[in-house]
Amino acid sequence: MIRLLAAIGAGVLGLLAGLGRLTLFAAETVSHAVRPPFYGREFLNALVQVGYFSLPVVGLTALFTGGALALQIYAGGARFSAEAVVPQIVAIGMVRELGPVLVGLMIAARVTSSIAAEIATMKVTEQLDALVTLSTNPMKYLTLPRVLAGLLVMPVLVGVGDIIGIYGGYLVGTRSLGFNAAAYLQNTADFLEPLDIISSLTKGAVFGVIATLMGCYYGMHSDRGAMGVGRATKGSVVAAAVLILAANFLLTNLFFTA
Amino acid sequence: MIRMTDVHKAFGANKVLRGANLTVPTGQSMVVIGGSGTGKSILIKCILGLVQPDSGTIEVDGQDVTRVPRDAFLARFGMLFQGGALFDSLPVWQNVAFRLLRGSLKRPRAEAREIAIEKLRRVGMGPDVADRLPAELSGGMQKRVSLARAICAEPEIIFFDEPTTGLDPIMAGVINDLIREIVTEMGATAITITHDMTSVRAIADQVAMLHGGQIRWTGPIADLDQSGDPYVDQFIHGRPTGPIETLR
Ligand SMILES: Nc1ncnc2c1ncn2[C@@H]1O[C@H](COP(=O)(O)OP(=O)(O)O)[C@@H](O)[C@H]1O
Ligand SMILES: [Mg+2]
Repeated sequence: MIRLLAAIGAGVLGLLAGLGRLTLFAAETVSHAVRPPFYGREFLNALVQVGYFSLPVVGLTALFTGGALALQIYAGGARFSAEAVVPQIVAIGMVRELGPVLVGLMIAARVTSSIAAEIATMKVTEQLDALVTLSTNPMKYLTLPRVLAGLLVMPVLVGVGDIIGIYGGYLVGTRSLGFNAAAYLQNTADFLEPLDIISSLTKGAVFGVIATLMGCYYGMHSDRGAMGVGRATKGSVVAAAVLILAANFLLTNLFFTA
Repeated sequence: MIRMTDVHKAFGANKVLRGANLTVPTGQSMVVIGGSGTGKSILIKCILGLVQPDSGTIEVDGQDVTRVPRDAFLARFGMLFQGGALFDSLPVWQNVAFRLLRGSLKRPRAEAREIAIEKLRRVGMGPDVADRLPAELSGGMQKRVSLARAICAEPEIIFFDEPTTGLDPIMAGVINDLIREIVTEMGATAITITHDMTSVRAIADQVAMLHGGQIRWTGPIADLDQSGDPYVDQFIHGRPTGPIETLR
């Protein structure tokens, strides 16, 4: 019994210590944002890597999800003859929850893993040490540009995901469920409120910071060797995904329970 | 002048440095020899602050390295890492000119590129490699690019961690001459780590042998063959038997 409590206690302490380290890491990142020099080239590169190259996966994820959502709502709604709510529920479901969460998780899979693996490899091959000896701070040169790119580009990706998701629902609704095209769009537009969109984009920004920050954190703290890189990559994706889902719950709470 | 006094460093139970003392006078070329895994790389990483010693003091020109402004301090150094440590996302010339493309030494890109190509030539590489990525080069070529990067900003103090390992004998000779040249021409202070006795004789003013976490012997190169230290004798003649344990 005592041993069990001790184990739980140790686990909780470990978690708190981890959170503390992560907070310090985030604070250090922010501190570099307000102190020159800034590495513009790295930032542009990160924007392209995090944003532009993620568009295909974001688009496909949203398209299929929007389509499936329309089918489900139609089938479910038919049980109490409420099929007509498809446009509204697809819109609200995509924009409020599925858009940000699924885009966030896809970014955790695509961007977090690649950042963690890249930085961990740099650590293992002494490239981080080499940066330091060349008077370049790795936090400033590697972490800040990526986190900033995540913060700025994720709302855009989520916005694109929301629109494509709604379009997926629209395609299914008008092509196979017999909705009128103009009425479908009108219903969607009438139903969505500014708060829906603001919450969606805010979630995007928060998830973007989480995804990039976790990649950098796990990469920078990688153990030595190929196994270290593997562990860092795995850990970063798991942590990013869990934190994104937890943050999503908190943000939904914040925005929609008043 | 670099002076290390009673430096200790352990990784868990692995006590790597156990009271290392080493003095390198300004403008001299110090070569550190010692078996692999004895902590030679850790020794120079301690000087650069890449590894924090558990205890002991390290001074450069009389100043404690933990108390000087980091940027200005590091700007005086060049370092060739054992594994090269080239940035694999950047082409060769941007690796070489890294310091010249950002920070306090920043200059126009075209000029930085010119300098990079000149440094590449000094390590025996043509301008055709300038735009290749490090991953496209052989290990020995990467080493030479890394050497070019270490000397690019003409540092006052240069560390070479196994500069000739993995090079053919002719290229090793070229690199030995280059290191000698850098020390005599630029008046730089150098610490070179090597296992290669030809390198030792070509490069060194002073030699130090690291064993058991301490500097066992240090002296001018001329005294190396008459050191009177059985460990040094075993090492420089590569004898399998002697005071240094070899597990088989
Ligand atoms: N970051 C590290 N973490 C744990 N052990 C390390 C680390 N770096 C080096 N070591 C250990 O320190 C010892 C000395 O390493 P090193 O200085 O690289 O040896 P060498 O003399 O061959 O350059 C080795 O036993 C190595 O395993
Ligand atoms: Mg070494």
